[in-house]
Amino acid sequence: MFVIDYIKEVWRAVKSLATGMRRTLFYFTHHREIITQQYPENRDTLNLPERFKGEVVMPHDEKNEHRCTGCTACELACPNGTIKVITKFDISPEGKKKKAIDKLVYHLELCTMCNLCIEACPSDAIKMAQTFEHSVFDRNQLTKILNNPGSKIMEGVE
Amino acid sequence: MVEEIGTTSEGDLIINVGPQHPATHGVLHLVITLNGETIKKVEPHLGYIHRSIEKMCESLTYRQFIYVTSRMDYLSAHINNHGCALCVEKGLQVEIPARAQVIRVLMDELTRIASHELWWGAMAMDLGAFTPFFHAFRERETINDIMEETCGARLTMNYMVPGGVMQDLHPMFQKRVKDFLVLYKRKIHEYDELLTGNIIFQNRMKGVGMLDPADAISYGCTGPTARGSGVRCDVRKFAPYEVYDKLDFEEVTEQGCDSFARYMVRIREMQQSVRIIEQLIDNIPSGDFQAKTKAVLKLPKGEFYQQVETARGELGIYIVSEGGTTPYRIKFRSPGFSNLSVLDHIARGSKLGDLVAMMGTLDLVIPDIDR
Repeated sequence: MFVIDYIKEVWRAVKSLATGMRRTLFYFTHHREIITQQYPENRDTLNLPERFKGEVVMPHDEKNEHRCTGCTACELACPNGTIKVITKFDISPEGKKKKAIDKLVYHLELCTMCNLCIEACPSDAIKMAQTFEHSVFDRNQLTKILNNPGSKIMEGVE
Repeated sequence: MVEEIGTTSEGDLIINVGPQHPATHGVLHLVITLNGETIKKVEPHLGYIHRSIEKMCESLTYRQFIYVTSRMDYLSAHINNHGCALCVEKGLQVEIPARAQVIRVLMDELTRIASHELWWGAMAMDLGAFTPFFHAFRERETINDIMEETCGARLTMNYMVPGGVMQDLHPMFQKRVKDFLVLYKRKIHEYDELLTGNIIFQNRMKGVGMLDPADAISYGCTGPTARGSGVRCDVRKFAPYEVYDKLDFEEVTEQGCDSFARYMVRIREMQQSVRIIEQLIDNIPSGDFQAKTKAVLKLPKGEFYQQVETARGELGIYIVSEGGTTPYRIKFRSPGFSNLSVLDHIARGSKLGDLVAMMGTLDLVIPDIDR
């Protein structure tokens, strides 16, 4: 009986190994089932979903105007101190002082892409961009100023 | 202090596994006392990836601290965030919209499948089987794409916020999940063909790392580690949160008590998660995805505890509030820590080669243990 059991065991072992090998050979002959992407080569056709959180940007329209009022809601919402809002006082044509942003400094190196600043913004001034290749040669390039030079706030945004 | 390389006075050899070792999946450092090839003692040394998350959370507001918990058990980030959100909601006493509840459960179960997929591939690779890793990552990639589309990130989503979820589901979400379920059912037999039935794999798993039910309870093991010893401990069953009490799924337990039983629990648990997703995917109620909450959250003075079932076991979140905007103290009861503590117990007396199989089936995620 021992010999029969032993042969059965060997047969079972060989069968189980062959089953696994058959699965491997299946993919060896069925190239269409393979889903591997060749990343740096497919850069041109790579489409990221529109919600992908790559970095914080501030959209500007064609007149170089943004929607940021300088309320610092994003700065308060950020857990890491990634955003720093530097405000100034603009003098309007009527001679009134009005608070506006001077610089919105964004530290990409500190950002964890948690989306809390976007949620906190009451005037939809900032959004997430779909860029993800953030490597640069100098770490100073990671500190960005989000508002374009010479930009001002859009008409009607309070 | 034990001399870390060398021999003890009894002539036993002391070796280090880790902190940089491919089989520990992270920076876990094990100091192993060996008598020949037999393990006499395993001492896990922690602290290599300690980021003091609990202390960090004390300086963050109730909205902000949730994103940090994605970095604890990064493979079930959704479930960690879910537990924190639930705990804050318990303090705020807000009613969560039905839609948000279903979305949360769907995300949790997708995360559970993704986590078990990664575990399956990584554990097989520990044991020398390289092919399963790619098969597991193919299915996991589909889930990651779904997450990327709806939550905006692949691993650290930060999607659950106090009051609901951050954004509504993507219009394509239902179709993508259904496609995934079709793919998953078409491919699930490959798992058994490649690994479960494999004779080498079975011989290395069966009878290795025996964990008695009594020991599993006394060491505080939860999740598939304890359920592999027949201990019923699923938080989704005995303390249901969200819509789990209305769902039809079974708590997977195995009686084998060995590594193979723990392996089978996880394989069967993936199928239960598929069952839960199938029940919910066509029945997502319409309505709000987020309850109205104040801009600044303040929890009343008191203590709040919430437990959730992550892919590795029971995660407890304990918040002590003094009535301010930040927690006074936060304690996370992580499943990995208790599951690691049992390693010394189950490894004693077995061979060094089996240690990797035991560690694999405990499903250790080191950032979760160290926090």
